[in-house]
Amino acid sequence: METYFNTYFSKETKTANLAVFRVFFGIMMFFSTLRFLSYGWVDKLYIQPKFFFSYYGFEWIKPLGVYTYALFIVCLISSFLIIIGYKYRYSIIVFFLCFTYIELMDKTTYLNHYYFVSCLSFLLLFLPANRRFSLDAYLDNSLNQEYIPKWNVDCIKVMLFIVYFYAGLAKLNSDWLLDAMPLKIWLPSNYDLPILGSLLQKEWVHYAFSWGGALYDLMIPFLLLYKPTRWFGFFMVVVFHVLTRILFPIGVFPFVMIVSALIFFDSDFHEKLIHKASKLLKLKPLNNSVVGQRSPRKIPLLIIGLFLLIQLLLPWRYLLYQNELFWTEEGYRFSWRVMLMEKAGYAQFKVVDSTSGKSFLIDNNDFLTSFQEKQMSTQPDFILQYAHYLADHFSENGAKNIEVYVESYVAINGRLSQPYVDPKVDLAKEKDSFAPKNWILNFNDDIKGL
Amino acid sequence: MKRTKVWGFIILLSLIVFACSTSDDGGGTSEETDDNFNRSAMLINWADNIIIPAYTAFNADVAVMVQASSVFTETPSEANLQNLRNAWKDAYVSFQSVSMFEIGKAEELNFRNRLNVYPTDVTSIEENVSNNTYNFSLPSNIAIQGFPAIDYLINGLAGTDAEIVAFYNSESTATGYNGYLNELTNTVLELSTTVLNDWEGSYRSTFVAGTSSSATGSVDKLVNDFLYYYEKSLRAGKIGIPAGVFSVDPLPEKVEALYSKEIGKELLLAAITASQNFFNGKSFTSASEGESLKSYLDFLNTIKNGDDLSTLINNQFDISKTKAAELGNDLALQVTTDNSKMTETYDELQRNVILLKVDMLQALSINVDFVDADGD
Repeated sequence: METYFNTYFSKETKTANLAVFRVFFGIMMFFSTLRFLSYGWVDKLYIQPKFFFSYYGFEWIKPLGVYTYALFIVCLISSFLIIIGYKYRYSIIVFFLCFTYIELMDKTTYLNHYYFVSCLSFLLLFLPANRRFSLDAYLDNSLNQEYIPKWNVDCIKVMLFIVYFYAGLAKLNSDWLLDAMPLKIWLPSNYDLPILGSLLQKEWVHYAFSWGGALYDLMIPFLLLYKPTRWFGFFMVVVFHVLTRILFPIGVFPFVMIVSALIFFDSDFHEKLIHKASKLLKLKPLNNSVVGQRSPRKIPLLIIGLFLLIQLLLPWRYLLYQNELFWTEEGYRFSWRVMLMEKAGYAQFKVVDSTSGKSFLIDNNDFLTSFQEKQMSTQPDFILQYAHYLADHFSENGAKNIEVYVESYVAINGRLSQPYVDPKVDLAKEKDSFAPKNWILNFNDDIKGL
Repeated sequence: MKRTKVWGFIILLSLIVFACSTSDDGGGTSEETDDNFNRSAMLINWADNIIIPAYTAFNADVAVMVQASSVFTETPSEANLQNLRNAWKDAYVSFQSVSMFEIGKAEELNFRNRLNVYPTDVTSIEENVSNNTYNFSLPSNIAIQGFPAIDYLINGLAGTDAEIVAFYNSESTATGYNGYLNELTNTVLELSTTVLNDWEGSYRSTFVAGTSSSATGSVDKLVNDFLYYYEKSLRAGKIGIPAGVFSVDPLPEKVEALYSKEIGKELLLAAITASQNFFNGKSFTSASEGESLKSYLDFLNTIKNGDDLSTLINNQFDISKTKAAELGNDLALQVTTDNSKMTETYDELQRNVILLKVDMLQALSINVDFVDADGD
């Protein structure tokens, strides 16, 4: 066993694989940041709102007013530097910190694919992705290196494997497989697509998409890993992600996944890409590649190993909670649960001054944007944080003993809406933590499966 | 060689799919099959049998009100005042059938707010009357015009009709009040004519053609406008706010038609009925029902065998109407004498917010208006 590990860790692969990945990753990040800016989302999502929903433990991370734009500009510049591979080590560190800071500012905008980008850029912090096809290597030939340890590339493959496979596992539940939910709700609303539009109204199509989607997610990492099926696998990746791009508003994510899947190809493929790109850009090839012997770097290996272990375990934390995962969302995020449910809710908060006994209801639009309100009304940690905010807000006007109650309803995957939070619980007194939230009412149904 | 072929295929496929995804010019689905709900028919029913007839009726009632206003200001008398009040009431009741359609020209003009922001700003109105200067199209002047301002001028100036008429007769005040009143009624007519003309002109075809499923499609937009109206203007504006649901104490001065003291309940009932009729796709001029949110929900229900949502929503409308019918005509008086009837009505109206906004929107897969951020 030990010798197996030793031989594995001494295996090498071409640097080209990682260099190509770096360039594509940088391009994707550059354009997605540009897109974000051009849609005016910085203002709408991070400057307009009066209040922001923090992640537990990251309450100190807040948008910076107009300077929030600076964060995005820094992201833009650093992703450009990643593309050209200039001062790579610094630019990837800056990018990782900046991007992750942006994601932590308000969990309203949480998306699995933003988390995926943070994970990838974290991995890239420790990888020598600038040793080929980069300005760094051009300026300093001693950096230029033809081979790197194989695990440098494999760790990205493991990350992708986890994303796909876990997304597939999450689909193995009765709503997805037996009721074709939520696709049965989502697909018919694409009635205006040519050809597909009328097909998407048919029940068998909903089932085909549900089963096909689950099968795809579970199979694709294997198809990509196994050489004879690799091209077929990649073809499926393209078809699948282009289709999801058409059917659902998921931004740049499909393209990120498509280019990421290129990492599975062999070195000669990447060498060819670099060769062609160099010709196209009229770049002089660097001949004096050092077939470098570097000191073995244990620390990056340890950090990445630990990180991937956490990635493997984290999605299972929901098992520690008794309640229905879809209902309470305890342990839902950061687990590659993608497009799994259609959840809608309504939360009507009541503020009570227990000294005077007077009470009034809250118009959520006074404090939240409609996007924030939508996210808040179906997720208990949002509801609690908002309740605390309301308690603080109304305590400022001199009133003490403020109690906050909520009457809320949530509908999941086509079920009729049900009462969500216990309306008799004073949320101002409840503390947020990772402990089960016993003020969430029971889900009057059963979703079986993983 | 083999790889070039694969790449070629991938690119070709991507192009085809991309071409499909970008051609969202709506209405292009000519080969609509039986198993596809006919949204185009729903939009046509909304436009031709509900919205345009409702605006036509409203516009006619407003024209009568303008006429009555000019008769009254020429010969201010108690009889002419009563006449104007009747015309004002009829137009105000008709307004409840168009208020929810804040789309197209109405949205552009800020129609609902210009016609019905209450409580009206009495201090500014008095200032304007004495100075004889006002510009109703300024956003800051939203609260000095429309039905609530007319309400004040014909019902709220004094305690008795004789005293009110005196304002329009006395030499010192007549010019100011007569001018302001006519300007108010004329502005309502001008606005309603503009909206009606737009519907009868080009907007109808734009609206009907907007069958796309995006946030800019007519179905998404009008359903969002309808829900916004139901939640903010009907539930909160007419009942919740005066009943003190959103404040520490009740605010009886915030009822609709405050000065008339007679028609608040009638306006409320008209609004609930109009909302229910829109939901059911009931024609404005006859009892027949066409394609609607109700039939759309029923159609989707046949796919997913879910709960009978449209019946639940209709029942809730009925319960709300029954509760509202128990209120007195003067809602401000109702708040001060027995506010519990107001809050009970609020609770029933609120139940339908959940059915409409959570359950119906989920079933229709329509997004509540929000930043078009990505999902995953």
